Amino acid sequence: MKLSKLALVAAAAITAASPILAGELVFPSLSYRTGPYAANGTPVADGFADYFTLLNERDGGIGGVMTKVIECETGYSTEKGVECYESTKGEGSLVYMPLSTGITYQLIPKVTADDIPMLTTGYGRTSAANGAVFSNVFNFPANYWQGASVAVNHILDQENGDIKGKTIALLYHNSAYGKEPIRTLEALAEKHGFDLTLLPVDHPGQEQKSQWLQIRRERPDYVVMWGWGVMNQVAIQEAANIKFPMDKFIGIWWSGSENDVIPAGAAADGYKALTFHAVGTDFPVFEDIQKYVVDAGKAAGTGENVGTVLYNRGMYGAMLAAEAAKVAQKMHGVAEITPSQMRDGLENLVMNDEIAAAIGFGGFGPNFEVSCANHGGPGLAAVQQWDAANQKWNLITDFMAPDMDVIQPLIDEDSAAYAAENNITPRDCN
Amino acid sequence: MSADFYYTIEVIINGLMTGVLYSLVALGFVLIFKASGVFNYAQGVMALFAALTLVGLQNGQIPFAPLINSIFGTNLSTFGWTLPTVVAIVLALGVMVLFAYLVERYILRYLVGQDPVILFMATIGLAYFMEGFGDLMWGADIKKLDVGLPQGGNVWLESATEGWAEGFYGFYIDNLDIWATFIAVVLVIGLMVFSQYTKTGRALRAVADDNQAAMSVGISLRAIWVIVWSLAGFVALVAGTMWGAKSGVQFSLSLIALKALPVLMLGGFTSIPGAIVGGMIIGVGEKLFEYSIGPMIGGATENWFAYVLALLFLVFRPQGLFGEKIIERV
Repeated sequence: MKLSKLALVAAAAITAASPILAGELVFPSLSYRTGPYAANGTPVADGFADYFTLLNERDGGIGGVMTKVIECETGYSTEKGVECYESTKGEGSLVYMPLSTGITYQLIPKVTADDIPMLTTGYGRTSAANGAVFSNVFNFPANYWQGASVAVNHILDQENGDIKGKTIALLYHNSAYGKEPIRTLEALAEKHGFDLTLLPVDHPGQEQKSQWLQIRRERPDYVVMWGWGVMNQVAIQEAANIKFPMDKFIGIWWSGSENDVIPAGAAADGYKALTFHAVGTDFPVFEDIQKYVVDAGKAAGTGENVGTVLYNRGMYGAMLAAEAAKVAQKMHGVAEITPSQMRDGLENLVMNDEIAAAIGFGGFGPNFEVSCANHGGPGLAAVQQWDAANQKWNLITDFMAPDMDVIQPLIDEDSAAYAAENNITPRDCN
Repeated sequence: MSADFYYTIEVIINGLMTGVLYSLVALGFVLIFKASGVFNYAQGVMALFAALTLVGLQNGQIPFAPLINSIFGTNLSTFGWTLPTVVAIVLALGVMVLFAYLVERYILRYLVGQDPVILFMATIGLAYFMEGFGDLMWGADIKKLDVGLPQGGNVWLESATEGWAEGFYGFYIDNLDIWATFIAVVLVIGLMVFSQYTKTGRALRAVADDNQAAMSVGISLRAIWVIVWSLAGFVALVAGTMWGAKSGVQFSLSLIALKALPVLMLGGFTSIPGAIVGGMIIGVGEKLFEYSIGPMIGGATENWFAYVLALLFLVFRPQGLFGEKIIERV
């Protein structure tokens, strides 16, 4: 009798402890709300979580199945990110979005072996755009090499198409992330005849006096920045200090949030950054976020972040994952999809005006199609500029195409080298 | 003189001033180590916490607002008023004194007589606790800190020296760095006067020399620890304010402690002038190396070169430039 009671209690405990309820689509969130990059990690995680809350509250989940976000704190540490992956992959996790290039590099072989997809929107390993080699990794809608090319294209526009003899300085975080654009910029420098100056900044980037004294001495025509966290704020303040023209200072999309410009105050006015999605809250989805999530007291944060660049980015990433889940449900005719089916959904994702408008994201991001061969999309990006007086970013260009004539050979070369190193036979995508 | 010559001078001056900012962080370590033999791992986080408190008080931010809101369903964020900078500084200092008292009351009191490594481990725990506590109390968002100090290049100096050589654009020195240097000089003079000419200062020195002997003549070790941690809190407030004014107050501020370590290795853990001179040597050394050799080897040399420089000094003076020579009888 005692034994059967014990078994009953044990069974109840196991049921209670079970992390997944039947009929839940699990989306892990590898976030960082603590540590030196917390100020950036928090709004991204909030946007990601709030969008899935919206889907549950407004639509009853995705395809009739409720979603569940399981958050794991990485502190932007690669080791902790890998631990998070290992501890959550068994919970039915459909897709990983690690929000760190360092973690992404470590997870590429793991997700491939486990047949779980990974989506790195605007970060990670650029050559993962080659879906024939990187079957489980996706980096649409844009990657770093495309970002570098769009930055150069914008400079070309500013200089009436001729930048021969001009100097562009790349101020970059001295890490795998910061070094990503160098190869592309070197190729573009050769093509367009500009001089490239490389200025690495060591982590975390709190002290950049040497780099900015060099910029003041050498007077490059443009500075392009690949920074993150405190490096961005210090760089923008130092640029203002030496009176470097802000409209000639262009950051990658990870150097273009409100956090980066507000500490410099009015001096940051005119600073530019790339983006692969729109800014602000002037889209129907935000009305729903306000109504179903923030006003209902179900927001992941205080609600103050809604509409900021990084919140929007987290929400946009969640939307892309949710749309891919819908595609997977349709393709396989089941509501409760597996990670492998989710991979298929990501590989067949189509974002166009009609789909975007139907979910309240009309005009929020560029149109693109993912395919077996192309996991990176067309890489369209726009330029946003900071208006310090009104404390807001304004999009000042349309979404522009990168120079794929330069980038595609680099992607092919790098992915082929990865395939050779790891004994991967590229898939036949024809 | 060529432009290169003037630019080298500019690098040296900027290195000296950056070094002073490193020294401000190193000073906090020195004060606590000198008085208690504890290497305070939490000094960087103390600078962060002090700056967070200062900017929170200035902006009238309600402490623990997100926590209160999530428990009681309220929507609090600020009191609706702002405080003058001077008042906020005084109150922030009060918070750091309270913090010093609590550290003594709840941590150090129970560790008297323990091995130094135990005390060091306790400060590691304290650092992580304070980081989380600071996040809970003031939030993790980046805060603009404006204490009225001017920022940007000194226009007068720049225009007065412009054109001294062909291709020379005039000396660039950040006004904030000039102020930081001035404040650091006043701080060091104040600390030295305090330790030389006041009764409490003499008691601090007595404890630093021999705490057993100091206790035998009636000096309260606990009171001394509260005072010395309060002083370190004050220094942390100054350092956090200076660094926070440059980059905004954010959690990466705690990492400035990494910049203080080579300064301490070079200047010695027990010398206030050592922290200043060490900071300036590190500042000038790393900037000159980056300027002259950096471009040849790919740049980003400052972080590691500071440690190489400190290690070179250690080969010849293991106790640091101004540290006390360790003599142990066997």
